[in-house]
Amino acid sequence: MSTTKASRIGEELWKTRVDKINAELVTLTYGTIVAQLCQDYDSDYNEVNKQLDKMGYNIGMRLIEDFLAKSNVGRCANFRETADMIAKVGFKIFLNISPTVTNWTSDNNQFSLIFEENPLADFVELPDDGRAQDELWFSNIFCGVLRGALEMVQMQIEAHFVSDVLRGDDTTEMRVSLVRYIEDEMPPEEE
Amino acid sequence: MSYYFTILSPSDAPLFNIAFGTSKSGGDGIARFRFPDSAQYMNQFVIHSSLDIVEEAQWMNGNMYLKHIDTYPPAAAYISAFLTPSGTRFLLLHQPPQPPSTSSTGGSSLLSSSFSGASSSRASSSSVAANPTSPQTEEAVRQFMNEVYENYVKTIMSPFYRQGMEIRSPVFRTKVTAAGRKWL
Repeated sequence: MSTTKASRIGEELWKTRVDKINAELVTLTYGTIVAQLCQDYDSDYNEVNKQLDKMGYNIGMRLIEDFLAKSNVGRCANFRETADMIAKVGFKIFLNISPTVTNWTSDNNQFSLIFEENPLADFVELPDDGRAQDELWFSNIFCGVLRGALEMVQMQIEAHFVSDVLRGDDTTEMRVSLVRYIEDEMPPEEE
Repeated sequence: MSYYFTILSPSDAPLFNIAFGTSKSGGDGIARFRFPDSAQYMNQFVIHSSLDIVEEAQWMNGNMYLKHIDTYPPAAAYISAFLTPSGTRFLLLHQPPQPPSTSSTGGSSLLSSSFSGASSSRASSSSVAANPTSPQTEEAVRQFMNEVYENYVKTIMSPFYRQGMEIRSPVFRTKVTAAGRKWL
């Protein structure tokens, strides 16, 4: 399935199958969660990143079901197709954004998502305590969502942000790597 | 023209302040107040002393922009006010450059001599720098206040900002400076 076809599916679903809500509601709710986590963990940003990832993981595991029900797409033939599906259909129907898929490694197991826009990060300015700019990945929940969602369809991946405009970088980039396809495991035989 | 802009919370705690000069008619954007450098706190005194009048004026009509509300003649300081619906006050003190002849306001002679160049712009009475109470100035200040208000709203929407906290965002400071350059 080509990239353009994926974009078309995404557009179509966004128009017909998706309930919309106010973007600022999402932005403010998510912002509040992150700010609250920072407070609860005493500005231990590594821990906040971890918690956001964990929250995302729990969302992803359930979201994939919703995604497949809405989109009605079949199995992806390879990881490249999976990447397009995530960027052009997944992000499109849940957030109305389509990050760019790029920077593939030669073995087709690693790619980057470049977010030109990020509804979670509108209005946000990181705390100026001298550490948040270097340690906090504000949108880290995305990493967990992808990890959780793909795990439910037999792909173990690793995802992390490598740059964020909130930190003063030029782009917001997430690196996604395929660890392995999870084979169906037989239940241990009963003796 | 020199400006001192400050944001006060509804309970009068200062949240933000900045001093800048005009960029119109050849100004370089650097504030040159008539107070000696050692007495810059006078700006804060003058601006805070107008708060009583702000509180009187705020119920007079439904406008957020209260226009020029107070004057402090000894320093030729004019104060304009803008209120947000939640009661945050934006106050702008403006002080036209000192004409070379007057020296009654306590500015050192060194300071007033540096104004002699700039004060030639007083000749045109319509320019913002020259006449602090003209309709043109009111309009310019209104535009400035509105632009700052817009950016203020965006800034306080940041999840890491808490109500009543000092605004330390460098982005906001840049935006206020830009608005000052654009309108004043």
